[in-house]
Amino acid sequence: MRYLPKSPADREAMLNAIGLRSVDDLFAPIPAEYRLTRDLNVPRQMAESEIVDFFRQRSRENGEGYTSFLGAGAYFHYRPVIIDSLISRGEFLTAYTPYQAEISQGTLQSIFEFQTMICELTAMEVANASMYDGSTAAAEAVMMAVRLTGRRSVVVARSLHPEYREVLATYATHQGMPLSVADFTDDGRLNLPELEKSITPETACVIVQSPNFFGTIEDVGAIAEIAHKNGAMLVVSIAEAVSLGIVEPPRQADVIAMEAQSFGVPVGFGGPYCGVIATREKYVRQMPGRLVGQTVDKQGRRGFVLTLATREQHIRREKATSNICTNQALVALMVNIFMTIYGKVGLKELAKQNLAKAAYAASQFAKQGKVLFGAAPRFNEFVVQTREDPYAINERLLQHKMVGGLPLNKFYPELGNAAVWCCTELTTRGAIDTAVELAAESEPAVGSSKAEDAEEVAR
Amino acid sequence: MKHPTRKATLQVNQNEGLIFEKSSAGKAAWKLPPLDVPEVDAAQLLGAYERKELGCMPEVSEIEIIRHFTRLSTWNYAIDLGMYPLGSCTMKYNPRVNEAVARVEGIANGHPYQPEKISQGALAIIKTLSEQLIEITGMDAITLQPAAGAHGEMTGLLMVRAYHESKGNARKKILIPDSAHGTNPATAAMVNYAVENLKSDSRGMVDFAALAAQMNEDVAALMLTNPNTLGVFEQDIHKIADILHAKGGLLYMDGANMNALVGKVRPGDFGVDVMHLNLHKTFSTPHGGGGPGSGPVAVKKGLEPFLPTPVVITKSDGTLAFEGNRPQSVGRVRAFYGNFGMFVRALAYIQANGPDGLRQTTEDAVLNANYIRKGLEGIYDLPYSTPTMHEVVFSDRRQLKKGVRTMDIAKRLIDYGFHPYTTAFPLIVPGALMIEPTESESKEEMDLFIEAMKSIAEEAEEDPQTVLDAPHTTRVSRLDETAAARKPVLRWKPAN
Repeated sequence: MRYLPKSPADREAMLNAIGLRSVDDLFAPIPAEYRLTRDLNVPRQMAESEIVDFFRQRSRENGEGYTSFLGAGAYFHYRPVIIDSLISRGEFLTAYTPYQAEISQGTLQSIFEFQTMICELTAMEVANASMYDGSTAAAEAVMMAVRLTGRRSVVVARSLHPEYREVLATYATHQGMPLSVADFTDDGRLNLPELEKSITPETACVIVQSPNFFGTIEDVGAIAEIAHKNGAMLVVSIAEAVSLGIVEPPRQADVIAMEAQSFGVPVGFGGPYCGVIATREKYVRQMPGRLVGQTVDKQGRRGFVLTLATREQHIRREKATSNICTNQALVALMVNIFMTIYGKVGLKELAKQNLAKAAYAASQFAKQGKVLFGAAPRFNEFVVQTREDPYAINERLLQHKMVGGLPLNKFYPELGNAAVWCCTELTTRGAIDTAVELAAESEPAVGSSKAEDAEEVAR
Repeated sequence: MKHPTRKATLQVNQNEGLIFEKSSAGKAAWKLPPLDVPEVDAAQLLGAYERKELGCMPEVSEIEIIRHFTRLSTWNYAIDLGMYPLGSCTMKYNPRVNEAVARVEGIANGHPYQPEKISQGALAIIKTLSEQLIEITGMDAITLQPAAGAHGEMTGLLMVRAYHESKGNARKKILIPDSAHGTNPATAAMVNYAVENLKSDSRGMVDFAALAAQMNEDVAALMLTNPNTLGVFEQDIHKIADILHAKGGLLYMDGANMNALVGKVRPGDFGVDVMHLNLHKTFSTPHGGGGPGSGPVAVKKGLEPFLPTPVVITKSDGTLAFEGNRPQSVGRVRAFYGNFGMFVRALAYIQANGPDGLRQTTEDAVLNANYIRKGLEGIYDLPYSTPTMHEVVFSDRRQLKKGVRTMDIAKRLIDYGFHPYTTAFPLIVPGALMIEPTESESKEEMDLFIEAMKSIAEEAEEDPQTVLDAPHTTRVSRLDETAAARKPVLRWKPAN
């Protein structure tokens, strides 16, 4: 086996040194009746070339070469080449959690930089070293609010990602955390009067997403006011991190639970991603997950260590803030490098391009179908309502190697034939025009608008 | 150093500040293509929601970023540099073909919501890996959704709870041996079960009599790591399962130490009802400085209805699909389908090994641990003489007479060119040295390790101060962790 660094003679010598005759003696502690006496029924050893072929084949069966208008919690952004050059260094790739600080300063310093930049972008005071993803970060943030307020119930905005809501429901079930849902209004934002009514003296927190699942920016200030005046906390989930380049961060939030996938992490069929929680300094001891802090060594030199471990499972066991152990360090490193590359000016310009592409696409779709929730500002996603079933439209797009927006009927049946479309800096005008044209084919206004559309392209 | 170390030599190491300290206005590492749609006025579109200022985000050039992170990387120890014998962490070689195939376009760029008909490749990867892990564990069904081991534990216990609820009584508590990893009790608490400690016996195994006495109809499950954290196989595992099953309880196996079993014995065959795997341990996906992981949960038939949604099914036309309509499911534990990129790597690992490679891997892992045990027996105290599987646990009892503790020995090991073993765990061994070499170490590397450990034991005897002050060769010496926790500095701030 090519990964094993021993010759038969080495094994023989080692067995001799131990004083055993055969390798079977090593497994003597396992009662004979449970020992496997056959080969596992898995395919024979494959050559590297065969493995590569196998996955290239799977890749061809997996939408390779399609142009996509999907977002909804997983976003296509350009990944600068140096991200993979750097994370492929074995010293990052093949190191463990930095428990031994003296020989882990590379990982520790990079996490410290990550925490700093997340604070800077979210306008929060502290951020952790990363979590599994945005959905579990949202659930953990809610649990944090429950611990901090000593209250148990939670008001969830219906415009929060439906799968995030499902995960939250799973986490909440057995912790005695009743969830209630607050609906959205005609502008696609949280219904504030309904929120007022849903909040009780038992409400630990309100959780909203901004930009929300429809791409609409929530009125975080007004929501915070309602939550705070009732003694509840506000948790804001951010699924599209690039929005932070041009959209005001939710400064009035108490906890931000973020998905940073947009910052240089492959869409990768849903994971691994990079969740992160950011909050106020005063709440740090109730924060879940690893934290890196700055300190000094015996000679007074600056260095970094994992800190505030007394919150964690390996010290506190059943009294820990969370059972979380593994974080997403390598993915957080991708995010860190991405944030470093774009930085103060680039992130803004990148976000502006997203804004412009989505604005253009929405305006083109508006000529054919109906773009919902136009009254509120949005970032790079928007909801298009059509006469035709969006699945039928998407079927047509697929013929042109295009993946249309995500149909919403599964999650929001009352919106009818609606789909959420996403445009990023990678979406070309040509692709937008083609998609609009294909989507319009069976719409009533098709004749006139097609001509208009062609004109638009010509210009 | 008593003997000059053969493993490592000092070398000049580059200094590097924080990236913010290199930043200055006007430098850039990015370039966007010209916009092909009309420019927009952000102020007009976003109104009060327009962000004006990005604070102290850095402005640096590309070469500076390359040097910054390359310099940082050289401050890390890694498996690629040498033996990394962290017990219970299974720091094995991370094959590079895994990285290559995870980056093939359709795999790296597949969207979780793209139509199923153009997701057949990803679905096939999920299904194939699921089937192979079921075969390896001897279980009946599996979910790949949990993002890491502890997340898998939570998923497994949610299913335990759902199973008992379906029988009319969720039960009250989980039994956990005192040798268990801290995530086990923390997880039980998250699923609202009380934790009851279970004593180990003089062999380091579950105390049979204690188990029989503590087991009753309030116990939902026993969470057992096997081999346990002492590297000891629970020989009475089937009798343990029988005691649980007789009172309607379930046996949960923490699969953290599955590297000792693959291809040699299957948990499903010795009475386990539910278990999690760590793809980042046993199946070679990289630890990456602390993640990402992946923690699939495998179950016996009786728990299958409770698996998280969605699951992959084969439709009547032979194509694969996600099925979300499962009324008894515990629900979803993560958005989308889990850490898919880790599935790709784990499958590539199984393919590279085949049945013979998987078995040889396990045999070598156990052989290596026993070789180290033999090499260090008599030099370090061995609190449990029970046979060792994939890892061996010594204690610092002898060295403590000179005031040298496990952490000091660990720090001194750094000077000899090795990553330390796991210190101070499991809790049942005071001053534990928990050593797991994995199959990835050659005889030569282990001989160097044994030599280093012997040399440190001599130093502890003759010159303990050298050990107490270690490490002597690193960029920074021991860091003040107390100060870090007392007044936490968790981010950089610009000087005023």
